Amino acid sequence: MALIPSLLADSAPTLLQRLLSDRLGLTPSPGVNALVSLALIAVVFLPVVSLVAMFSIWWERKVAGHIQSRLGPNRVGPIGLLQSLADGIKLLLKEDLIPKDADKFLFRLAPYLAFAPAFAAFLALPFGPDMTFEPRLSVGVFWILAILSIEIMGVILAGWASNNKWSVYGAMREACQMVSYEIPLGISIIVGIMAAGTLNMVQLGHLQAGGIHTWLIYHNPFAFAAFFTYFIASLASNKRAPFDLPESESELVAGFHTEYSGLRFSFFFFAEYAAMFIIAGIQTALFLGGWNDPFGLMGYFYNQFQTSGNDVGLFIVNLVGVGIFVTKVLGLVFVQMWIRWTLPRPRIDQVLYACVKVLLPLACALLLGAAVWQLLVPELSFPTALPGAGDPSSYNPWRYLHPWNYWDWAARGAVATFVMQMLLALIGVAGFAATSAWVFYAFVSGRNLKQRLTDPLPIDKAPESLVKA
Amino acid sequence: MIALVDSISDQTLTTALFYLFALLSAGSALGVAISRNIVRTAVFLLGALVGVGGLYFLLNAEFLAAVQLVVYAGGTLILIIFGVMLTSKSPFSRFEPKLGEVMIAISIGSVLLIALVMGILRTTFASQELNITTYPLVQLGQVLLGDYLIPFELASVLLLVVMIGAAYLAKGRREIPQRRERTEASETMRRWS
Repeated sequence: MALIPSLLADSAPTLLQRLLSDRLGLTPSPGVNALVSLALIAVVFLPVVSLVAMFSIWWERKVAGHIQSRLGPNRVGPIGLLQSLADGIKLLLKEDLIPKDADKFLFRLAPYLAFAPAFAAFLALPFGPDMTFEPRLSVGVFWILAILSIEIMGVILAGWASNNKWSVYGAMREACQMVSYEIPLGISIIVGIMAAGTLNMVQLGHLQAGGIHTWLIYHNPFAFAAFFTYFIASLASNKRAPFDLPESESELVAGFHTEYSGLRFSFFFFAEYAAMFIIAGIQTALFLGGWNDPFGLMGYFYNQFQTSGNDVGLFIVNLVGVGIFVTKVLGLVFVQMWIRWTLPRPRIDQVLYACVKVLLPLACALLLGAAVWQLLVPELSFPTALPGAGDPSSYNPWRYLHPWNYWDWAARGAVATFVMQMLLALIGVAGFAATSAWVFYAFVSGRNLKQRLTDPLPIDKAPESLVKA
Repeated sequence: MIALVDSISDQTLTTALFYLFALLSAGSALGVAISRNIVRTAVFLLGALVGVGGLYFLLNAEFLAAVQLVVYAGGTLILIIFGVMLTSKSPFSRFEPKLGEVMIAISIGSVLLIALVMGILRTTFASQELNITTYPLVQLGQVLLGDYLIPFELASVLLLVVMIGAAYLAKGRREIPQRRERTEASETMRRWS
């Protein structure tokens, strides 16, 4: 217990605390820190998480609409932006209905058990170099995984306490699925962490501050593949399509939250969208460079401003970092929504087959490959005495070399790493550019189609493959 | 007001948090023992495990706390809940212990409680400053694969044995499929499923 006071006292004061102590004259005592943290939660986090959820719900409905060749909500507010607000008000005013034979205590407990972990996981997400709620959490990534596994209990209890066959089916399927997919999820995260060497999310962000080729997804080919296995496993772990059997709307009425209405239902809804944001946040922080831009400018300017002690510059860098992080996360959230409204839903046995017989061996092979890669390929070594000690920004590559200069890397014996990273970065950028060009082309050419809503294809002749004489 | 907040020291904060988590663990454990509905006992067990996880966080053992949440709350407890839900006759079956059983349980429990409390109060616990020089996780990893390698490997062998046993038990018997007649419907089914 004696360690905690020393930890609270000696840690380098974060930017916010420094601003508070300098400008407002508040000494950073533990009581003031705790009060500031509580105020941050109440004033910043809770509204931001709710806004994120509301925005995601609106965006999902718009994306769904446009993919299905219709418009989505467009009446309430400018482009339907206030639809979520209207829905929230409606849900608040609904009758609070608890089924007669339901287990009342568990029925009431379940939404909170589902929402609280999703909300608590936000405290480790690195929105900016100094904009993490708890930057000293040395097990950042693992904490998010751990706290999201409590959400499973919330869903199971919701299904059970509703005393409803469909809910119980949904809850059981969901528990199976979420628990099974945690294994490839964890292994994919380990592959990324092995490339990084730290679980602390702020250090991960600083590590990738050298430019797009330092992003951990391009570190070695196994991390590249691990990004995709993580993506698939996280879709299943978040009961998101195509793995949305627990709430499969066309089969189980509404799965485990059939009997929930009003505010209780909105807790589940918020939990799902908050969890989408969180898993996209882990992917961004771990694989896609966190708050860093592709050119490494954030790391460069952060290093400059830190050495010169320019607080205003640091604050601006932080704000830009938050913007970049949120943009990347929302891009990944868009991909999740895109996949949901494109792919059909497999059966539960197909889902578990994909987990145990496809993703798990693949993840294990990636783990083995990444471990061998770490052993054989010489890494860029940072001249910090102890990894993870003290200042997270000691992982910033700009402090020790120029990350875009081949000769700097060669001087440290990390030629293979640099070449592989550049190669993978080129592949990644080319793939991204190709996909974006394709989407853009589809968007542009789709506008010219006159027959969209009013002229469906005539189906009086079945395709050849279905007709057998 | 600011002076009041300023006067809250680290000790107060840690004590307050300790009481919070201890109350959560102890209260939930009490709920496990007292509750009459079997699913509710499992839910109270969740409270107890999360409380213990919080206590680990207070002791600065962050990795252990996260592992506690993942393994216990997210794994073992799910298993227990499955077992409870799939084998209970109805959601509302209640325990109805007889008075004699309750008296025996209370007496044994109180004897144990008194013994434990007296033992704890009489021992002087040497509080040792932790020797954390590097990143705690780095030290943990080095120790796990260095000093404590054999227990680590034995634990993984044990887990392997458990997995094989569970897979064998859950396998079930496979029936020999009988010849089915080929109708048009079954052909379509075979082609499109």
